[in-house]
Amino acid sequence: MEARDRYLGEAPAWCPGCGNFSILNAFTAALAAEGIEPNRFCIVSGIGQAGKFPHYVKCNTFNGLHGRALPVATGIKLANHELLVVAVGGDGDMYGEGGNHLLHAMRRNIGVKVFVHDNQIYGLTKGQASPTSMEGMVTKNQPFGVLSEQLNPMAMAVALDCGFVARGYAGDREHLTELIRSAFHYDGLSLVDILQPCVSLNKVNTWEWYGKRVYRIGEDHDPGDRLKAFEKALQWGDRIPIGVIYRNDRPSFEKKVPVISGGPLVDGSGRWQELKERLSGTLREFY
Amino acid sequence: MDYTLKIGGEAGQGIQTIGDALAKVFSRLGYHVFTSQDYESRIRGGHNFYQIRVSDRPIRASRRPLDILVAFDRASVAFHDRELVEQGIIVYDSLQLKETLSGPQFLDVPFVKLATDAGAKAIAANTVATGAILGMLGFPIDPLFDIIAGLLKRKDDETRDQNRRAAVAGYEYAAMNCGRCAFTLKPPGTSKMLIGGSDAIGLGALAADCRFYSAYPMTPSTGIMLFLSARAREYGIVVEQAEDEIAAINMALGASFAGVRSMTGTSGGGFALMTEGLSLAAMTETPIVIALAQRPGPATGLPTKTEQADLLFALNAGHGEFPRVIFAPGDPGQAVFLTAKAFDLSQKYQIPVFVMTDQYLADTQWTMEGLPLNDLPMRDFRADGGQIDGVDEYSRHAFTSSGVSPFAIPGKTRHVVVTDSDEHSEAGHIIEDGETRKRMVEKRLFLKTDSIRREISPPLFVGPEEPETVLVSWGSTYGVVREVVETMPERKMAMLHFSEVFPLPGLEAFDYLEVLRRAKRTVSIEMNATGQFARLLRDETGYSVTDRVLRYDGRPFLVEELMEEL
Repeated sequence: MEARDRYLGEAPAWCPGCGNFSILNAFTAALAAEGIEPNRFCIVSGIGQAGKFPHYVKCNTFNGLHGRALPVATGIKLANHELLVVAVGGDGDMYGEGGNHLLHAMRRNIGVKVFVHDNQIYGLTKGQASPTSMEGMVTKNQPFGVLSEQLNPMAMAVALDCGFVARGYAGDREHLTELIRSAFHYDGLSLVDILQPCVSLNKVNTWEWYGKRVYRIGEDHDPGDRLKAFEKALQWGDRIPIGVIYRNDRPSFEKKVPVISGGPLVDGSGRWQELKERLSGTLREFY
Repeated sequence: MDYTLKIGGEAGQGIQTIGDALAKVFSRLGYHVFTSQDYESRIRGGHNFYQIRVSDRPIRASRRPLDILVAFDRASVAFHDRELVEQGIIVYDSLQLKETLSGPQFLDVPFVKLATDAGAKAIAANTVATGAILGMLGFPIDPLFDIIAGLLKRKDDETRDQNRRAAVAGYEYAAMNCGRCAFTLKPPGTSKMLIGGSDAIGLGALAADCRFYSAYPMTPSTGIMLFLSARAREYGIVVEQAEDEIAAINMALGASFAGVRSMTGTSGGGFALMTEGLSLAAMTETPIVIALAQRPGPATGLPTKTEQADLLFALNAGHGEFPRVIFAPGDPGQAVFLTAKAFDLSQKYQIPVFVMTDQYLADTQWTMEGLPLNDLPMRDFRADGGQIDGVDEYSRHAFTSSGVSPFAIPGKTRHVVVTDSDEHSEAGHIIEDGETRKRMVEKRLFLKTDSIRREISPPLFVGPEEPETVLVSWGSTYGVVREVVETMPERKMAMLHFSEVFPLPGLEAFDYLEVLRRAKRTVSIEMNATGQFARLLRDETGYSVTDRVLRYDGRPFLVEELMEEL
């Protein structure tokens, strides 16, 4: 039995050959390497093929609504900051439906680890364009090709001073595993955009397409240099960098909330006698 | 003894400070007080007023006749002078209004000059006015000194002294120069609590151990968030201003899933955005309390006015079929207890529970004789982690005879806690088979509903035993309806007030339908255009009221106005 087998969940309902399998394996390998018990972390997801991810991992799970993983994850992290809280979603989920939440989660720098399964297409609804679909890509629903410019989540995140910004690739599992571990270790919000082919629906961005373009960011890149990071984030086309693009040392949101500095919010709940005494004091304010 | 004062002026002139100070003086002295406000959706200018009624017996609504009108602008005189009683007095500052008004009703008090003469800044004119009103009424001034000290606690001693002198100057000037002032004061009772609707909901949330409140500011719900923010440190509450109402409800659900009692609050437009999350709460059986403070719609409507037009919206909001509870307190006392009960039921049955108010209840202040903390339901429904650890397998959505599954907290047991917005198995994983789906619907909806209905209290009945007319009301119209019933005993009117509006109470404890059937006339009194509660009553019981009095101009009923309608 491999160490990561203890995280085995339900049998995946993904298409054979899907990039998600590789992400799942990298994720559980990272958990095993970190020695995190299944009851000590929680995965929050939305809707889409990536939304099913937590069911395939043995873990605390809140599989919520399309686009809404981040606010739920924020609530969980604030209620119990001792849990490792992970948010998983696809490009439509995190960058489309949930775009506003992503902006504000990055501003807060809440300690949630965000993994985006970015296959540049909508899978569950069968092949419409996503925010990261490349301009001109023809789909059944975009017969004239995609007219909007492709969203660059990495450049957006660097511009917003997101705490930890990285890109992984489902085809480089070893590298992805290390990236996920680094994301776990970062204190605030980690955004990891994971490129993966959709073998059923995306006929442009295939294993072969990515394989020819993706390269590991070398040690000469300094992720602490925001301008250099922005330059790296803008790179797309013939050469696509994977690895940690940017990181800073902003304190996490939960470290800045004085109310929970003494311990998780959930641990203070249900102390009725203490509460009653406090209330008697509050009532005096109304006289 | 029953006096009404109105303070009118532009936004930013300090009307609320004066009104709040006076109301506090009266309640501390032991009188019954009722205050209401009318303001516009702007920060400066416009016309606003603050009305205070003070009496030696319980009062629950505003009356039209004014004994004293304090005019900080010309509009206050123009709009409200006809509300004055025959011997009423309009007090103003001719230097401030740049006009001398002649007539026996006018009392010119140089607010600004008395302030500056006392060595204070011009802004202390408000303190002069507050003192002047107390002087006119013949109330003692001493309680005002404490209030000034409280309001100015961040200022220096010199400023506090100046304001004290300004108050005395106003008090003495008015007492000496008000020839018409002949107010008789009855001896007061003991000191009373003075509390508004928003604060009462906040207090109920504190008493229920609410630890997480996420919301987006929206009038008239914002007061609840402000109340909790101010006490966040003392009570250990995380109050998070979310990026939008969608995030607000989802954050609250996340915190609730993680074991913390959570609440959100909004008004109609914000709640429209929350409906998706409401449905999520139902499917994942995650407890949540939603304060829905109504204002007139549709869309932006009248942001600072009042209405009760979102009852059927709250009742039907969210896709799919699921149980919910809707409370609509009629006064701050009910608001405290129903908010606490909302948390209790929400936790016990793992369902969404609403506390519905409106701008009127949010912004009116009432006196109360205290709050019996021992009547609050302080109990925990979370599953004990140690106990759950003892079982081989834990299922968040296990089938039980009550429909309620053990509520384990992630990280607080060796097991994992799994839930899903998809239809799911007992373990919380996605399923698509018809048999499980059917059983889950029955678990969430049918099994819980019967028990929930037994938790609902009967409506409040006030009036003669054999009434000719029964007034049916819900939520914030409680006070004015009760005043009308009690003011006109010759009319043989009774009232049925529903503060727990959905599910409707059963008839076992009190057969309110029988009361309605035996009356000649039954009138639904509602602040909406279609009689939403009357429709709910008909849909649920088959009983139709004989008559309706509906108001939808955004303004609350004054006692006299409702009497005229009946």
